[in-house]
Amino acid sequence: MLKKRVIPCLDVKNGRVVKGINFVDLADVGDPVESAKAYDAAGADELCFLDITASHENRGTLLDVVRRTAENCFMPVTVGGGVRDVEDVRALMLAGADKVSINTAAVRDRSIVGRAAEKFGAQAIVVAIDAKRVSRDGEAPRWEIFTHGGRNPTGIDAIAYAREVADLGAGEILLTSMDRDGTKAGFDLALTRAVSDAVTIPVVASGGVGTLDHLVEGVREGGASAVLAASIFHYGTFSIAEAKRHMARAGLPMRLDGLEAIR
Amino acid sequence: MRIALIDYGAGNLHSAAKALMRALDETGQRGEVIMGADPEVIASADRIVLPGDGAFRDCRENLAVVSGLEAALDHAVRSKGRPFLGICVGMQLLATRGLERGITQGLGWIPGDVVPLAPADPALKVPHMGWNTLAMTSSHPVLEGIALGPQGLHAYFLHSFHLIPEGTANLIATAEYGGPVSAIVGRDTVIGTQFHPEKSQVLGVKLLANFLKWAP
Repeated sequence: MLKKRVIPCLDVKNGRVVKGINFVDLADVGDPVESAKAYDAAGADELCFLDITASHENRGTLLDVVRRTAENCFMPVTVGGGVRDVEDVRALMLAGADKVSINTAAVRDRSIVGRAAEKFGAQAIVVAIDAKRVSRDGEAPRWEIFTHGGRNPTGIDAIAYAREVADLGAGEILLTSMDRDGTKAGFDLALTRAVSDAVTIPVVASGGVGTLDHLVEGVREGGASAVLAASIFHYGTFSIAEAKRHMARAGLPMRLDGLEAIR
Repeated sequence: MRIALIDYGAGNLHSAAKALMRALDETGQRGEVIMGADPEVIASADRIVLPGDGAFRDCRENLAVVSGLEAALDHAVRSKGRPFLGICVGMQLLATRGLERGITQGLGWIPGDVVPLAPADPALKVPHMGWNTLAMTSSHPVLEGIALGPQGLHAYFLHSFHLIPEGTANLIATAEYGGPVSAIVGRDTVIGTQFHPEKSQVLGVKLLANFLKWAP
């Protein structure tokens, strides 16, 4: 049986982790490769690198991080942030990314999704959707795509967009609620469920995780195939093993290989 | 031991190379992983590994354009019986035909077609993406010592197509995803895994070590 995935996400800027992870045995908290290895050992199902480097000229450092991570981790890695064209996808894939996440570039020009999927296979192409609720209370819920960290509205309906990119060949959707991101109030479950029901590709729920029950809800209520979180893992609030054991106890199918001996 | 990891422009080879080196350590043997597509490298290799990511057609075309590569593979594997491992699309290429974006002829080493996944349960998402357990359909030395079945170890899958072999003789293991998904196929000295052993942690390293120890 296919298991639900738990995915820690690391923000990387100019080749360094921005919010360092709080693992006791980590020599260099800012080193993304050391962090990736720590999560690999901790039983993460995948890892996500989000590059927040402002300038495109510094992309080389990211490629180096991806390359060294692929060499040191026997765990799948998704890389996103700043992917502008199919050449960027190719460079990341050749460096060792298993999946590449496309965000703003696909909002600007949907065709990049189909072109990338044709070249690298749908399974390698993730479309990241940053959505914000725009309906008023009492109205039927409606979410719009926002870019630039939730500042710029696009007027594009999130559900329709998800359907569109899935039809174009995306293999997965990384769905972040900009209303919930950083709040620790839990995923936007209505949004997650609406997108998950609208597409036949896996959806990763992101944005708002504060408790282990939130992870369970993302799968059970939201219909997500995977749950992504950053701060609860980085700051050591919960370990990956605790998260997976909690989800398993709640009745979700989880991979617990080798977790018996881990906190 | 010389392990040839075929580089034909079908994706990144670093993880596979590293995982093979780690598996080699486990076997206690000395050896090296040689990345390339040079017919001489293949001719002198003790083990041959064919990775592959992306679309069947692209991988097939990439394989065909490397001069002398197919002939060298055919000779080393089918005439001389060198153990061979295909990974993901590298496994799918063993089939007679691939049906992704039109019909493409495969290597034809394992009779069968590569067809789209179609889980019986419409709620199951495609691609089949993530960690799944394996069920053995025929015993094989590469599975020795690996816990199988619903309570067993997990393998990492990332695919929308799979190889359906003709008959059941060449099917070694399946994964359950709205019906059986071909996870491992094999025939003579050829073995292929739909999942990524180089990404499959404990199960992956063990399977690779078994492949290196295998003496068919």
